[in-house]
Amino acid sequence: MKRIVIVGNGMVGYKLCEKLRSRSAEVEIIVYGEEPRPAYDRVHLSSYFSGSTADDLLMAPASWYVENNITLHTGELVIDIDREKKTIKTHMGRHDHYDHLVLATGSSAFVPTIDGVERDGVFVYRTIEDLNDIIAYSKKVKRGAVMGGGLLGLEAAKALIDLGLETHVVEFAPRLMPRQIDDAASEVLAHKLSQLGITIHLGKNTKSIDGNGKLEGLSFADGSKLDIEMLVISAGIRPRDELAKATLLNVHPRGGILVDQHLRTNDENIFAIGESAVFNNMVYGLVAPGYEMADIVARQITGDNAKTFNGFDMSTKLKLIGVDVGSFGDPFCDNTPSIPIVFKNKHKGVYKRINISEDGKLLLGGILIGDASQYNILHQMVANKMPLPENPETLIIGNGSAKGGDEGAGVKGLPDTAQICSCENITKGELVHQITECGITSVDGLKKSTKACTGCGGCTPLVNDLLKITLESMGHKVKKVLCEHFDFSRQELYDLIKVKGIKSYDALLDMHGKGDGCEICKPAVASLMASIWNDLILEQDTIQDSNDRFLANIQRGGTYSVVPRIAGGEITPQKLSAIGRIAEKYNLYTKITGGQRIDMFGARMDQLPDIWEELVAEGFESGHAYGKSLRTIKSCVGSTWCRYGVQDSVSFAVLIEERYKGLRAPHKLKGAVSGCIRECAEAQSKDFGIIATDKGWNLYVCGNGGARPQHAKLLVTDVDSETCIKYIDRFLMYYIRTADPLTRTATWLNKLDGGLEYLYDVVVNDSLGIGEMLEKEMEGLIATYHCEWKKVVEDPALRAKFRHFVNSDDADENIEYVDMRGQKCPVDWNKK
Amino acid sequence: MEILNAIKTFKPEVETEVNVWFKAAHVTAFPENGGACVKYKDMQVAVFNFTRRNEWFACQNLCPHKMQMVLSRGMVGSVEGEPKVACPFHKKTFSLKTGECLNAEECSIAVFPVKIEDGYVHIGFTK
Repeated sequence: MKRIVIVGNGMVGYKLCEKLRSRSAEVEIIVYGEEPRPAYDRVHLSSYFSGSTADDLLMAPASWYVENNITLHTGELVIDIDREKKTIKTHMGRHDHYDHLVLATGSSAFVPTIDGVERDGVFVYRTIEDLNDIIAYSKKVKRGAVMGGGLLGLEAAKALIDLGLETHVVEFAPRLMPRQIDDAASEVLAHKLSQLGITIHLGKNTKSIDGNGKLEGLSFADGSKLDIEMLVISAGIRPRDELAKATLLNVHPRGGILVDQHLRTNDENIFAIGESAVFNNMVYGLVAPGYEMADIVARQITGDNAKTFNGFDMSTKLKLIGVDVGSFGDPFCDNTPSIPIVFKNKHKGVYKRINISEDGKLLLGGILIGDASQYNILHQMVANKMPLPENPETLIIGNGSAKGGDEGAGVKGLPDTAQICSCENITKGELVHQITECGITSVDGLKKSTKACTGCGGCTPLVNDLLKITLESMGHKVKKVLCEHFDFSRQELYDLIKVKGIKSYDALLDMHGKGDGCEICKPAVASLMASIWNDLILEQDTIQDSNDRFLANIQRGGTYSVVPRIAGGEITPQKLSAIGRIAEKYNLYTKITGGQRIDMFGARMDQLPDIWEELVAEGFESGHAYGKSLRTIKSCVGSTWCRYGVQDSVSFAVLIEERYKGLRAPHKLKGAVSGCIRECAEAQSKDFGIIATDKGWNLYVCGNGGARPQHAKLLVTDVDSETCIKYIDRFLMYYIRTADPLTRTATWLNKLDGGLEYLYDVVVNDSLGIGEMLEKEMEGLIATYHCEWKKVVEDPALRAKFRHFVNSDDADENIEYVDMRGQKCPVDWNKK
Repeated sequence: MEILNAIKTFKPEVETEVNVWFKAAHVTAFPENGGACVKYKDMQVAVFNFTRRNEWFACQNLCPHKMQMVLSRGMVGSVEGEPKVACPFHKKTFSLKTGECLNAEECSIAVFPVKIEDGYVHIGFTK
């Protein structure tokens, strides 16, 4: 049996194990990794700062190697190769024999020789150990900088932001990401990043790293200085070729092991792959070419010499600190005659550039900042030399409303050889084959059968489109169904429940579903029934999401937070005192919410009924903060007090909140009322927002804060209170009836055929003739409002559902707290 | 936290190895098609009354993803016939039969056999 020794257990070394084992059970595989843990996902390293654990990042657990009969030695560095005897030696003195040796030693961070680089507080950004060091040190400091404004440097900057530091990026070149984007793109990106709190310093040559013992600042060649307390160096990588050098394998003068098209070094039994290899004067510092190399070497070793490595497309798309960045084909065309087409909107942080061949026939490459939604299709056009449309500018400017259609048509136009998933090198043809010949009908299915979308995930939208188009071409009706248990969309279920008068989830599942339900359809149906019948949701407590089941918001540690309703943000001093007294009695952490009310955290499940008994006694009602339901109507103080106000915004906000309180919807609903054009209540970021005018109210709809902020759109102007409420009734009921589960109003409107104009027709012109019906339905829901907590407090059977143990009155003793600024907080769950 | 870590690597228990049948509570203490938490020694066990399948299941209460004692508050359901529970925090789902994580790379959870005698729920442990 052939004995394969792999030196290095990074992403590429791991991929080689996977590829080798899937091609043959008849080779012995022995892996030596220098790091203490098995291969992990270095691409998503920064997610370690936002909640992922080291285990989350593992490519595969240690047990995977055992199951696949692969011997893995972690924490063991190979220090010597005897090419004559074909053996290696490790730092622990172990000798091992090989038939084929694969060097997948990766790279290390390049640390420039600058005065003071050895100071405390200077780090590199490469391994989980580096990250642990950075996290530990960051606790002692407030200001940090990253040296290097490339891809990895900006990732590191994100990490510093996540650690709560004031963050600077120092780049030697006059622009960010100099290898991927041009000056104009860098300007837009820098502007965007500065809005996110990162200060960018370009064209800065760091002369020295200063400090007395510990790091205190940087001095630049131009005489300027920057005060910082920690520095993360991300100034590029250096291939780990020291082992190759020591055994006289050919290396590149600038570092890296020289390989040929077969990834062989000058010793035919030794291969090199990944970032340690140099092919054609180039180090391929991305994961996709590394995987390609692993595939080719696996083939060589198992006797298939047909496939060779011929360089690799270095196109890349990623989300940097929430900003889309894409660079594909030849982004600069510095040495190729070409015509660039550029679209730039600095205000919105969008920059798009495509390079067209001189004859106008081909796309050569381009850059996308701020919006990379067209990346996949543009990248494919370059890779497959597809003919350009007559007006190539439409590729980047396009027509907003027809975007979805364009994308789909684009996938259709791709040849079968087009590579869809670059990480796993899967072509359109292979995916189509899986769908048409192997009966796969879901993206999950394709993930399992081909591994597409499992690497960086960037191809998922394209795979989705491809699946939809292929299924449609086979005559399948592609239908939005809730989940495997219901062959209906949410809207269809709404009608079924309403028309047939179905009152329970079980009855609905018996009549119209199959299986036993799941965490997707249960809460969706619960929400539908609440929107239609408005019965007490605890009558079906086990189909509710956890928050609805316990009428509170679950928080880290498994405790809950309690939010009483404070309509319009208006509260009497007596009620304020009551909250203070109750929070103190139960030792709850209190915080003002974004919706102008008070959140009390850290209540154990078993305490909830007692806390609410006291709140109800003080005249409070449930705030429904736990539900996919109306949250708050935020208000500014308006004409009662404010010298600028033109209407009484607080009274109107209280009226509206009292009207819609407890209303359940496909997703949470937020509103606001501003007393004048200054808009202090930020009504234009709400699902429905009302702004006072001299003549009445302007009504805005479908705004959203959150991850994808969207301004609300103006529906009607200068209406009186009664009309305003009528339109909100219709708007909300229409949304409740037609939206998909967990879809906010903004997304719902974006997907609504005909958009705002259509919505205006339905709500204001009553084009469907359902206006009165919608108002009636809303009246019905308002009439059946009840405070859920009042019902629980009064009912011993319902109260019993809040015990932690069914067989003991003990409380959960696993909840641990730390003190933070004089209040309690749960122990960070990443540190458990 | 040592106990939690021990549970994280618990081996699923099979009926033939049961040495203790712990009488937990009356069947009516458990909501239909839902779960509740039982205390056994120092351990928290999630017990599910899966009425729709006419089956009972038990597993550790700890979700291994973020080490939270919450699985008993999760929703039960099925995927292609396999009974499962979804953690209320991030909707990681686990098979109630094998304990295997069904939608992520999380480690498996321990599952325990359940039997009903004289209207009482009994959970089987090796010790």
